[in-house]
Amino acid sequence: MDILSDSADMSAYVDGFMWVLRLTITSAIASFILGVILAGFRVSPIPVLRGIGFLWVSAFRNTPLTLIIFFCYFALYSTFGLKFSGNITINNFWLGVVGLSVYTASFVCEAIRSGINSVPVGQVEAARALGLTFMQVLRLVILPQAIRSTIGPMGSVLIALAKNTTIVGTIGVIEASSVMKGLINDHGDQVIPIFVLFAGTFAVVLIPTGYLFGWLSNRYEVKR
Amino acid sequence: MDSSRRHPGIVAVAVVVLVAVLGFVSACSSSSSDSTQSAATGDGGIIAKAKTGKLIIGVKADQPGLSLLTPDGYEGYDINIAKIIAAGLGVRPEGIEWKTTVSINREPFIETGVVDLVVATYTINDARKKVVAFAGPYYTAGQDLLVRADSTITGPEDMAGLIACSVTGSASALRMQKDFPDVQLQLFDSYSKCVTALSGGVDAVTTDSIILAGYAAQPHNVGKFKLTGREFSREPYGIGLAKQDVAGCNRINEILVASAADGTYDAAFVESLGPSGLKPPVLDPAQLTNCPTS
Repeated sequence: MDILSDSADMSAYVDGFMWVLRLTITSAIASFILGVILAGFRVSPIPVLRGIGFLWVSAFRNTPLTLIIFFCYFALYSTFGLKFSGNITINNFWLGVVGLSVYTASFVCEAIRSGINSVPVGQVEAARALGLTFMQVLRLVILPQAIRSTIGPMGSVLIALAKNTTIVGTIGVIEASSVMKGLINDHGDQVIPIFVLFAGTFAVVLIPTGYLFGWLSNRYEVKR
Repeated sequence: MDSSRRHPGIVAVAVVVLVAVLGFVSACSSSSSDSTQSAATGDGGIIAKAKTGKLIIGVKADQPGLSLLTPDGYEGYDINIAKIIAAGLGVRPEGIEWKTTVSINREPFIETGVVDLVVATYTINDARKKVVAFAGPYYTAGQDLLVRADSTITGPEDMAGLIACSVTGSASALRMQKDFPDVQLQLFDSYSKCVTALSGGVDAVTTDSIILAGYAAQPHNVGKFKLTGREFSREPYGIGLAKQDVAGCNRINEILVASAADGTYDAAFVESLGPSGLKPPVLDPAQLTNCPTS
């Protein structure tokens, strides 16, 4: 595979996956926080908050991510002038993080809500009987158990997120898939090795990630 | 060994992935060698292929004025040129099978015989000459900037810190990065997105003048954008065909010269890009020297 012998190609490859990593980590943190809040909304006793949670999930979970990312660029930035940075690469990065986070948060929210549903209702009733407020019940009784039982599904969400970051390439962050297109353009005779290299890198990183989350979910499972 | 006994799943997955990848690679390579053998142009070249009354021509599908796929079929300057060539080779328009190509797959399409000819804003350069033959040039474009009608930008030198938009992997994008590193570069996968972003978000769109002129001449864009009119590169457009087909290459050059003499060459431009305000090119037979010599 002589594409890797060229140092410029090699650094493009590394840069591409560094952008994937940055997008994944930043969006994972943002969408986790957002997702927990939304899950809280969805089980809250206040109808307005339940409505917001429901609308968010319905809207973003059912919209193609490509459209959401385009919306972030062409509506938020291009039309409404939302600007994170004067540097265009950093600006596009954050626009991508916004798009990935609002989208992924809807999946995180649903994963956590299913975890919440796995907590026996008797525990909630007992906590309420002890006089805990809704926030205390959520924080001290429900979420610690719910989140443990959602580690497995959360792994799937994270893996999907890592792959979805390649869509941010369409608004000009030169992540792995954009680098791959460029390399294929430059080395038209090595299309398949280049493809296998990039797909393989994703597989090599993400397959162990799947196993890690499987192991974590066993380790921290609430045994009932 | 210990770990493989404890995690038989991991080993199994690794084996499955490896087998799948190897199988995929070997399947692809065998299919591509098959198609090379049955290459459309084969040994007889383009002239022999034209005798069957059919030609497969690779064109772009998303460049207004040059080559645009509409509900009525492909239309534009490149399409008109392709029809002139086909007619010169004795192929009627109904005998042409159009095939959409993008910048990335033009050389592979010619090399593997997926198409007989490529007429797709195809810049002649030495790197490409190593793998394909070029007839022409039939037009010489140059890189330019498309800016908003009220913009004061007159060239890439005025753009330090501003944002230019181009397409990932294009020669235009590479030139901007190399020659004008002060200009920030927004990259999309198509020029139409750049033109959309030109209304807000980017300060200029950069690629070959003829492509930009096509966008500027679209009915919904008229009056909103302008070209700076100062080209800072030379992009001679050629007609790509199989590298070994020297006779076919020379024949296409003869057809171009004949079309310039009988006026069809001029008409091809006026009919498609006339509204853009660009002047029709004058074919210079002295420049038709790109065919391989062997």
